[in-house]
Formats: sequence, C-alpha cells, structure tokens
Amino acid sequence: MYTETFSYLPPMTRPEIEKQVQYILDHHWIPGIEYTPELDPYNSFWHMWKLPFFDATQVADVMKELDACQKANPDSFIKLTGYDNKRQGQVLSFVVHKPRIQAK
Amino acid sequence: MRDQGHSNNHHNHRGFQAGVQDYSAAGRYYYDPDYQPQPTDVLAAFRVTPQDGVPWEEAAAAVAAESSSGTWTTVWSDLLTDQARYAGRTYRIEAVPGREDQFFAYIAYPLDLFEEGSMANLMSSVVGNVFGFKALKALRLEDIHIPPVLLKTYQGPPHGIQVERDRLNKYGRPLLGGTMKPKLGLSAKNYGRVVYEALRGGLDFTKDDENITSQPFMRWYDRFRFVMDAVKKAEAETGERKGHFLNVTAGDMEEMYRRAEAAKELEAPVIMVDYLTVGFTAFTSLSKWCRDNGVFLHAHRAMHAVIDRQRNHGIHWRVLAKWCRIVGADHLHNGTVVGKLEGDRASTMGVADLLRKDFVERDMSRGIFFDQPWVSMPGIFPVASGGIHVWHMPELVHIYGDDAILQFGGGTLGHPWGNTAGATANRVALEAVIKARNEGRDLLREGTDILMNAAKHSPELKLALETWKDIRFEFQTVDALDTAALEAEAK
Repeated sequence: MYTETFSYLPPMTRPEIEKQVQYILDHHWIPGIEYTPELDPYNSFWHMWKLPFFDATQVADVMKELDACQKANPDSFIKLTGYDNKRQGQVLSFVVHKPRIQAK
Repeated sequence: MRDQGHSNNHHNHRGFQAGVQDYSAAGRYYYDPDYQPQPTDVLAAFRVTPQDGVPWEEAAAAVAAESSSGTWTTVWSDLLTDQARYAGRTYRIEAVPGREDQFFAYIAYPLDLFEEGSMANLMSSVVGNVFGFKALKALRLEDIHIPPVLLKTYQGPPHGIQVERDRLNKYGRPLLGGTMKPKLGLSAKNYGRVVYEALRGGLDFTKDDENITSQPFMRWYDRFRFVMDAVKKAEAETGERKGHFLNVTAGDMEEMYRRAEAAKELEAPVIMVDYLTVGFTAFTSLSKWCRDNGVFLHAHRAMHAVIDRQRNHGIHWRVLAKWCRIVGADHLHNGTVVGKLEGDRASTMGVADLLRKDFVERDMSRGIFFDQPWVSMPGIFPVASGGIHVWHMPELVHIYGDDAILQFGGGTLGHPWGNTAGATANRVALEAVIKARNEGRDLLREGTDILMNAAKHSPELKLALETWKDIRFEFQTVDALDTAALEAEAK
C-alpha cells in the first residue's frame, strides 16, 4: 500500500523530515498534522492533531507535535501537511508515520 | 469617446455618398492612433502581412473594420447607427523586429460587439471573415485580452487545480500520467490490462489517445467498463486515487452526453475531449456538464498545429489556450519544452502562466502582448506530454513546478520490464526530484546525481535511466518567438 507523495521513496530519516518542515515554514505555509487509523483513498478528512500550527516558526515546534501525535497514536497513519491560506488549500502533504505492523 | 463620435458623424450631414472609401479614412474610426483603450474593450494583437503596396495604416484599419462593423464599401444603412459605438479601432502599429513586410496591429473592440458567454460569437467576430481578406498576404492573431466584464460571463474550468488536488488527495508534486499505446487496435480487455499495469505501478492517471473514440475493434462502452475495472483494482491495491481520461469525443453532442453519463455511472473521476475538433460550442456544453456532475475534464488539443504552427498566419497557441481556460477544462496539453513536440520555452511557459495564474502581465519576452486579469477564475493543469522520459524529470519539475501533469507514454510503456516497472521508475524519479528540490538542491545542476541516488533503491528506475540515457529530441522550433527583440528595444 502507498500513501501518495514520497511513499515511493524509502522512509525519511528525522533530519529529512525536518528539511521538509523547513520548506513549509520558508514558504510561510501553515504546518499541520493529521492522522487516521485506517487508510482509505476516498477519505478526505483525517483527524486533525490539534489545530493547524498557525504560530509555528521553528522546525522544532512542529517536530515536538509530530512526536506527541505519534506517541498518542502509534497505530495510525500520520501525515504532515502544509497549508496555503491564500490559495485555500494544502500544498504539501505526506505520511511520516505508518502503523507499526504495516510499516515496511 | 461617444462625444468624439457624434461630432464626426456631422461629416455625413449631406447624406449618403456611395462608393469605396479607405478603411483608414478620417471619420471611419478604424484607424485611430489617438484612441485610448477602455477597460471594457476586448483587445487583440495581430501580426499583419499586407499585400505589396498596401500602406500599413490602411491594412491595419481594414483588419479592424472587417473584424467589427465595416465592409468593403460604404452602405446607406451605416447612417442608421452610431458608428463610433461599434467600430473596432487599430490604436497602435508596431514593426515586427527583423521583418520588413510585417507589423503588429493592436485593435480595440467595444464590448457591445460580443454576446455574453459565447466563445463561438467571439471567434466569429475576431477571427472570422478577416483571415481571408484579399489585401493581406497573411494574418495571425498573436494575443487577445478579455476584459473582466466579459470574462465574468464565463465560468472557466469546471473544478480547477485545487479542487482536483483536494478530491484526489494529491499534494506537493506534479501529477503523473501516461497515454496508453498502441494508440489504436487494442481490444477493450487488453486495453484495460495496459491501464491497470500502469496505474498499479504508480501513475495517477492513464489516458485515451485523441483518436480513440468507438471504433469497431473497441466500442466505447466496452472500453469504459474494462478501464474502470482497472482503475478500481489499482486503487484497491495501492491505496491511492487513480483515474483514466475517458475520451467522450463523438460525432454529435447527444452522443457525447451519453458517454459522459455512462462514465459518471461507472464512477470515473475524469473524462476527456478533443476540444478543438469537437468545436467550441460542444466543448462549452461538455464543460458545463462536468461542473454539474462533479467530473473533471481533460482537454486534448488535437488539430492545434493546423491553426497555430505557422508564424505568419493563423492563431497563436496562447490564444487557443486562453479560450480553453475561459470556456473551461481542468487539464490542457501545453507541450513540454524538452520532448519531441514543438514549443519555444519562453512562449510555452508564458502559456503555462496564462493557464494557472490569477493575473498575468504583458511580457513581450514571452510573447504576452496584454495584461490579463483572470478575476478568480480557477486554473487549469498544463499537461506536458510527448517524448519525455525519466531523464527529463529534474528539468520538467524545474520548469513547470508542482501544478502540472507530466505524461510519460512511451516513457512508461517502453520500459524493458513493462509498464508497471515503467510507472514505478517515473514515480520514484518524480518523488526523489521533489524531495531534493524541497531540500534546497539545484535540480538543473544536480539532476543526474539526484536520479542516480534514487536509483540505488529502485531497480526499475536504474533500468529506465540505462534505457533512455541517449535519447534527445533537438530540432529547431518553427514558431520561434520574435517579440523578445521588442522587449529589448523598449529597455
């Protein structure tokens, strides 16, 4: 099973994820975290982990939330999103964590 | 303007005088270098090649007249109306750099000449009879400005780029497609097989070719059913949304609606039309159907080169593309810059902006003659297609950015291990390039390195890189831009 963008690459290391977070912040997009216990390509609405992080300025702010989400939902798919409120849509989104039993 | 018009009408107080007058004669409005275009005017830039001996002003006025209210002779009933209100006006003439026999004529058309929401009417006016006019050797419409008041009588793309991304859950990268080959002659089941193999390998979309409709070897409904079986199965196996551009191009509008309805019943997310060969009215109707039925519309530009390829005659591609956005498709083919098909890079990217951005300003270095505000009309995905393969990926991403559909037909199906591996190779290459770009790497300088590194964990990509390492398509562009010199002159 695949999960859209970056799912055809090997799982990202922590520094690699941090670079993508930096890319989101550099463009002044709003980082967010979403998770779901079951993968369904027709599911438009995953659960939000807290509200989007409107005030995040540092990569560490976002990584801390990713860790917290993962700890609370170890058996969920968790994705990092970048939201552009001028365009009114996500502009980056990729899964950073897969359920332990399904992880490759 | 109206005041000037009324005073000029007094020239006619002696009544109707039969005969042939110069188009550029004072009081006929068609040539008016002092005219200031109004915000509600439609503006057109023509490349005019007059017959020998015809003065530029006269040729330019003739184009304005013949594409608006005038004809070759004066008629008595001219006096029953307000000529100033309905005349197209050439307000500017500019030499074509390096061409002594050609010039650009800028013409302003009053809003009242056009019917709301009718592209057929706009075309019949601006590119109607005038192209056969005897005083001209050749004529080309280079660009057109549609004022917001007229633009707002159209709704544009049925859904637009962001809605498609949101529905299909595909973010932060170009979408990947591939045209199924051979173009003609596969049975419906074999065709579905080719689709399935490509989609499960990692493509987002597969596509009918422009001339597949409903031939004896594969009737349309048989194709639709097998293709949708393939789409559903690939979605179930990969966990990702998939689609196939089902070509509903048909001989009449009723038949197109039948095929579109059937595609919707089979839960196809997207259909396709050859927007030029079906004609703009049929295209408009289908676009409205797509908006009402939640189906994306992929536009193929078959026949465009007949109209846009010659530099001195016809209609430039940027105009055909603008008209496509106005009437409305969600995807439109736009050349690749790097593949086997025609296209000047600056010009092609100017068109990509016209398809995607909300405001595009005049830029003669890209052949864009007019500012064009799109007043919130959704954007179209430009489709880069034709002769492209994995080695082109870094450059394609660099040129097009995220909002494009990259179509690898031969570059998917031609993989030595078949199209599943071909699709995977393209998908891995794309994602590696996007990841590297986001990390701040230079795609043009480091492209080879990025691809070779990605191939370390993808045998499919490794073999694809090996297979196409020496393929390039480098011929001189027939329709090269010559407006860049004007830009340079102005600076």
